[in-house]
Amino acid sequence: MDFTVKDLKRGESGLVQKVNGQGAIRRRLFDMGITPGATITMRKAAPLGDPVEITVRGYQLSIRKSEANSVVVAKNEV
Amino acid sequence: MSTLRFALAGNPNSGKTTLFNELTKSTAHVGNWPGVTIDRREGTFKDGNIEAEIIDLPGIYSLSPYTPEEVIARNYIVEENPDVIINIVDVTNLERNLYLTTQLLEMDCPMVVALNMCDQLEKHNDFIDRIGLEKALGVPVVRISALQSHGIDKLMKKAVLAAAVNRKSSSVLRNTVLEKPIEEIEMRLLEQGAKHPLHKAIKIIEGDAHVQADDNLRKLKDDLIADVDDIEALIADLRYKHITKHYSPFLRKSLKPGELTTSEKVDKIITNKYLGIPIFVVIMYLIFHLTFGENLFFIEGLPSPGVLLQSGAELLIENIGDLTTDFLIATGASEWTYSLLVNGIIGGVGAVLSFVPQIILVFFFLSVLEDSGYIARAAFIMDRLLKRFGLSGRSFMPLLMGFGCSVPSILATRTLDSERDRRLTMILIPYMSCGAKMPIYALFATALFKQHSDIAVFGMYMLGIAVAVVSGVILKNTVFKDSKTPFIMELPDYHRPRARNLLLHVWEKLKGYIIKAGTIILVSTVFIWLLANFNFKLQMVEQNSIDSILGTIGNVIKHFFTPLGFVGKADGWKPVMAILTGFIAKEAVVSTLGVLYAGGAAGDALLQTIASNFTSASALSFMAFNLLSVPCMAAVSALFAEMKSAKWAWFSVAFWVASAWVASFLVYTFAGLF
Repeated sequence: MDFTVKDLKRGESGLVQKVNGQGAIRRRLFDMGITPGATITMRKAAPLGDPVEITVRGYQLSIRKSEANSVVVAKNEV
Repeated sequence: MSTLRFALAGNPNSGKTTLFNELTKSTAHVGNWPGVTIDRREGTFKDGNIEAEIIDLPGIYSLSPYTPEEVIARNYIVEENPDVIINIVDVTNLERNLYLTTQLLEMDCPMVVALNMCDQLEKHNDFIDRIGLEKALGVPVVRISALQSHGIDKLMKKAVLAAAVNRKSSSVLRNTVLEKPIEEIEMRLLEQGAKHPLHKAIKIIEGDAHVQADDNLRKLKDDLIADVDDIEALIADLRYKHITKHYSPFLRKSLKPGELTTSEKVDKIITNKYLGIPIFVVIMYLIFHLTFGENLFFIEGLPSPGVLLQSGAELLIENIGDLTTDFLIATGASEWTYSLLVNGIIGGVGAVLSFVPQIILVFFFLSVLEDSGYIARAAFIMDRLLKRFGLSGRSFMPLLMGFGCSVPSILATRTLDSERDRRLTMILIPYMSCGAKMPIYALFATALFKQHSDIAVFGMYMLGIAVAVVSGVILKNTVFKDSKTPFIMELPDYHRPRARNLLLHVWEKLKGYIIKAGTIILVSTVFIWLLANFNFKLQMVEQNSIDSILGTIGNVIKHFFTPLGFVGKADGWKPVMAILTGFIAKEAVVSTLGVLYAGGAAGDALLQTIASNFTSASALSFMAFNLLSVPCMAAVSALFAEMKSAKWAWFSVAFWVASAWVASFLVYTFAGLF
């Protein structure tokens, strides 16, 4: 199992390795700046657990866990 | 000299709408893009010698082929050849905004970059090297603040200068591994005489099916990039790498990495795990309370601004009706003229116009939430709940407003970003029991359920929600099965809303309602009046009697209602008639019942006849049918205007009738067991 954005805990960050999936959703993730080499920081989950809020390229983005699960990251060690 | 045409392009939340309003003042007019139902806004900029037509392209993040907005934007530039592209860039979110810029630069079109929100920059003690960025991008860069109208004149002057010069396209993908493939395909396209060859070459390489290319070209492309296994990822990656390496350094931030911005600090509270939902509930309740509350802050007899203004509007319409009556009596007008004008047109159109104050309030609050950035947080908080029945968090607000009135709620679906979500939400809104249905429940609950009347009324509200959930699940898995919208949503920085912007928003939406709904309603009002006052021989009969066309129709179609239990008796056409008149306004159901059962009497007399003509089960079934079936004329005309597709609007109407029938049948059968 790959380590994905979904597995990041609050406040942790990681470097994007690749984005799984296909078609429009994957392209949208690229367009929003989630490309290999980008740093993603997990901010929080919504009060009901889904979606999650992340910081990427200096802005806040909200994605569902299902989409977060398709973004493979290498966790940054603090 | 012909008028210049400037196309405004940029990300959502980049301040594009504000800049557009600022440039065009009050000249903007809204239409649709050919073939799709996305707003097309155009207006004129006029200042001294400069006159230009401004075309507001849809807010987009990219020029990918996946969303209609993106396809529209690039088709416009490719096919309509604007004189200049004005690319608005939110300087506080530079990297992601410049991603679109790198794609726009690939078009053979003069371009000016407007760096927006420069006032925010100063506030944070950040600095942007405008000249450096201008050199790196190769197009003029202007600092502006659309909110404070700074830099607008300069922007337009630069744009006019840019329009005079032909600009050659450029791409950040040159000097990368893709240089050779792009050049080869661009050469071929040039030989074929294609416009915007660089843009098209890159799109062909991306595998974009929207760009026309012959088989030879596609084959050449496949050969050229045979060793690349993921071309879309590579191109997006190259663009962002170029931005971070060559453009981002021009922005110097005073904030240390890891330090929180004001927006992030606010968000710590507003979307907090424990506080997020309570704050959301309080905000929603306040909006609802201020717009629809009968007793403001629970003070008996003190109406909320919405209710106060609405009763004011009703009073005004009543006075117009009275004045007209006096005038008609004085001039000795015929009975049917009186009936048409006062009962028909003033009554019907007036009922619709009396919603205007509440529409204004709903839109005012919605615009505040939208401008401040909270609406995205509300969607973030509620998404989980609505995901189950095929919607996203953004639909929550319009659905909730539905408990007040369906009309502004249907108009509020414009804040949703996909056509599919808009349509599904509009179909579900009328199931949220609106304020006008309350008198129906009140009548039946008091007549038949006595001390349990509150439970009966509450049950109706719950029934509406239950039917909405079930319908959502059904529609999600059938009609809307193919389209799935992801929830990838930016949470923009918080801003203080501006009064001028709010007023513009409200006015724009209200204008649409009054014009579109007003015309349809006038026609249908006259039509229904005809049906209720004339028989098939076109002789005038007593209003709403069995002899009228509507009464005759009611008497025939009552068989359709037989399984629902409330048309069993000989005068079974009466409840049917009440349902039909409910189409004008739901309050009319009660007054029609009053006329037909008790000769216009209200109070105890009406309660008694209702109690003797209905059973508990048939009363529940009748209430359920009125709740779930086609909403009032005002809501239906709003639906026709907003669906922008007669097919979908009729589908909604059919769906409502069907769901109401099935649910009422189940209610009647189930209640009959006790």
